[in-house]
Amino acid sequence: MTDQKRWQEQHDATQLRDVPFETMSGVPVDPVYGDGPLPGQYPYTRGLHAAGYRSRLWTMRMFAGFGTAEDTNTRFKEILRNGGTGLSTAFDMPTLMGYDSDSPWAFGEVGRAGVAVDTLRDMEDLYADIDLGTVSTSMTINGPAAAVLAMYIAVGEKTGVAKTDLAGTIQNDILKEYQAQKEYIYPPRQSMRIVTDMIRYTSAEMPKWHPVSISGYHIREAGSTAAQELAFTLANGFAYVEAAVAEGQDVNQFGRRLSFFFNAHADFFEEIGKFRAARRIWARWMKERYGATDERAMMCRFHTQTAGVSLTAQQPENNIARVAIQALSAALGGTQSLHTDSFDEALALPSEKAARIALRTQQIVAHETGVTIVADPLGGAPYVEWMTDEMERQAEAVFAHLDELGDGSILEGVYAGIENGYFVGEIADAAYRFEREVNADRRIIVGVNDFIEGNEGNETNLLRIDSTTEELQRKRLETVKHERESAAVEATLAALRRAADDSTVNLMPPIIDAVKAYATEEEISNAMRDVFGTYVEQAIV
Amino acid sequence: MSNAPVTRVVLAKLGLDGHDRGIKVVARILRDAGMEVIYLGLRQTTASIVAAAEEEDADAIGLSMHNAGHLALAPAMIAALAEADLAIPLIIGGIVPEQDVAVLEEAGVAAILGPGAAAEEVVAAVRGAVSA
Amino acid sequence: MLTLIERGGEIADEITELTHPAAKGAHVVGITGAPGAGKSTLTGRLIRHLLTLGLRPAVLAVDPSSPLTGGAILGDRVRMDDVASDGGFIRSVATRGHAGGLALSVPGSVRAFDACGFDPVLIETVGVGQVEVDIAGAADTTVVVVNPGWGDAVQANKAGLLEVADVFVINKADRDGTNDTRRDLELMLDLSHVSGHEDTSGYRPPIILTTATDGHGVEAVWDAVIAHRAHLESTNGLERRRANRFRHEVRIRLGTRVETSIAAVTADLEPDGRSPAAVAIELATRLLA
Repeated sequence: MTDQKRWQEQHDATQLRDVPFETMSGVPVDPVYGDGPLPGQYPYTRGLHAAGYRSRLWTMRMFAGFGTAEDTNTRFKEILRNGGTGLSTAFDMPTLMGYDSDSPWAFGEVGRAGVAVDTLRDMEDLYADIDLGTVSTSMTINGPAAAVLAMYIAVGEKTGVAKTDLAGTIQNDILKEYQAQKEYIYPPRQSMRIVTDMIRYTSAEMPKWHPVSISGYHIREAGSTAAQELAFTLANGFAYVEAAVAEGQDVNQFGRRLSFFFNAHADFFEEIGKFRAARRIWARWMKERYGATDERAMMCRFHTQTAGVSLTAQQPENNIARVAIQALSAALGGTQSLHTDSFDEALALPSEKAARIALRTQQIVAHETGVTIVADPLGGAPYVEWMTDEMERQAEAVFAHLDELGDGSILEGVYAGIENGYFVGEIADAAYRFEREVNADRRIIVGVNDFIEGNEGNETNLLRIDSTTEELQRKRLETVKHERESAAVEATLAALRRAADDSTVNLMPPIIDAVKAYATEEEISNAMRDVFGTYVEQAIV
Repeated sequence: MSNAPVTRVVLAKLGLDGHDRGIKVVARILRDAGMEVIYLGLRQTTASIVAAAEEEDADAIGLSMHNAGHLALAPAMIAALAEADLAIPLIIGGIVPEQDVAVLEEAGVAAILGPGAAAEEVVAAVRGAVSA
Repeated sequence: MLTLIERGGEIADEITELTHPAAKGAHVVGITGAPGAGKSTLTGRLIRHLLTLGLRPAVLAVDPSSPLTGGAILGDRVRMDDVASDGGFIRSVATRGHAGGLALSVPGSVRAFDACGFDPVLIETVGVGQVEVDIAGAADTTVVVVNPGWGDAVQANKAGLLEVADVFVINKADRDGTNDTRRDLELMLDLSHVSGHEDTSGYRPPIILTTATDGHGVEAVWDAVIAHRAHLESTNGLERRRANRFRHEVRIRLGTRVETSIAAVTADLEPDGRSPAAVAIELATRLLA
């Protein structure tokens, strides 16, 4: 069957949205233009679906989380009322690092950059009155991901939603933590065991769940170039694939559940080239190197977030324009879901109004600009195709380096690159180069090093988390600790320690038992810290 | 041999916040301005920063904060320095909303550098704090 | 005080006067190796171990200054726990671009630590430049850290580290290639025996395997350092080394002074028809009179 025919079949089998596929002046347009490999056809450079966004728009997934679980629950309901179609949960720093709100480490950080979750009780309140069987939830957490997923499963069970019906994603991409975001707990290899245990558990028990969202977002925010973001992220993806295959998992099965998370930064065409290259590279490697035969295991599905680091504290309203352009690049790059940043994020956590404008921005891109009525509208444009090839070329050079570093294994190459500071050093170099260019006025950032009239008196209404949140959350935790049955907590934690010590045992079931006994996140993390040790990075500045 | 004083700056992230892009850039800026940067990296406590400042004879301490925790953390750092009897200026870099700047200055923070501060501003802030 | 010693000059000399009589002869241990070999982590682990033994260790962590700007980023503390509360002391030192300065300030700081009751004193340097090798080599016991993998031992040899090593550590010994590296080192030690470079007293540096990230083998490293010290003591080696170090420091101090004098007497020199050689001879006679 020719590509054209296969495309036609797929297109015709797709349920299309009930909107006119014509320009605003009434000119009817085809589903796709150009020849060569078409959308929905391997290697998916032009998109994963034959009909592009004609069948389904991207998921408008807005990240939210602050204060106590109840505060965030209110914001979640607001997002759903406003037409958001997915929930995305941000946790506070102690939660992300495996510490409870009453830990000395938590001082000053409880509920500040996200919601505080200490025990299952917080998770119950976080998703109260939201039907977990119908929404899809994304949870941005890595080091203690297993405990948080376990809590989500437990909330589902308590509200009558079976594991098999829970849909969503947990970030759980521990490799990029060592490279960029630095929210790790255990050393890399021990962390990898937790990740592969979660992949195994979810592919067997939770068919609608994505156990890892392989994230370039944080690599980019830490200062990498677009090509480094692409290369490091996909290399991490290859590493997870190799780790799962090494312990006997089926690439066709877990491969379908992997997903990605990229940054949409300021350079419009570079970003579009990056997104297109990501799909092509992933498809080729999964098929050719890892022997995937199921097309769904070759598809690079990704979430995109606009670049937080590109937002300026100066003249913050200008950020609305930046976010709109970045959102457009994500749409033209064929993203599956999108978070648009709020314009006040360079100053504080998003206020409600700013968050609504951000959501409206992507609704404008989706419904008013017409970019969604044709699949891959930029495909075939010489600059776009060249940029796609160039991104791929640069990424392949990184893969070759890691392959050599790991003696024929990308997984070992990634470990080696973490240990010898390769990733951190490359990112720091790129970040410094950019800062110097801005500093020398070779790059203009509007409102920062040029066009600075109007920088004064721009204070907008910012969201403030007062320190009573911290006290309140500590009291909540104290109550739970008082009410729970401590013998059950001890017993489940002891079982978890034993499981951690035996690499043939999957960690998920004992962690689920522990959260149901209302063991705290820190207690669960500590049980594993006891066995796995902790990680301290080398100083690469 | 030059006997001129070399400015020594302790740079650290206090607490759990792991955003270290800014602090790394600042470390390079100060190095390139001829200073010696004692880089403590992530996840430091007020006690570990005090110990380092003492042992390293730091002329200034720079903390980077991106977590909205500055109103709690910066005063805690000032208090820890006072308790150790160290008169070392504290400089905060990161996301600090306009209305908090006065609060932090009142608490004794020597200088506050927002995102997008130019290299010269960073160097001038450190030099100014040290000579004040 | 350390800051004043690092700046050098008269105050530093005065401090030397003050600290010299108070120094009790602390054991000075150099730790060196290629960048990324895991020296800081190993040193950090070693301090922890020494603290549990009831000792009061001090560390001088030396890193290069930028040759362009004179500034430096000193990051060794990151991998050493905060040990101050337990009685340890860590000081980060930049090379400040001039060999002479460092060659004076390091012994000055060691003396200050010693006078303040710290023992042992660990000096951690990157084993790449001659200065760094010299500093590490000037210790009572020098520990050279290498990693498994082809060529690391060869590189250490090229850098001149093998000649100064009293104890070898193969760090990251959980990796492949550990046995090959150990064999390479043994072979090089055998060769140095044949070529007559070996210590005439019959001491052969032991090779210790460590995994500094989890502390494995760290105790063995310290045991080897103690064994080396015992060997030195039984063969008068310690006196010899310290006498060498004394001579070396005097030589550098002298050189610094002479250079200052040379700079002073030549600063305003104008051509006066005589040859440069004749002027130099005349000035030399005056200077050394």
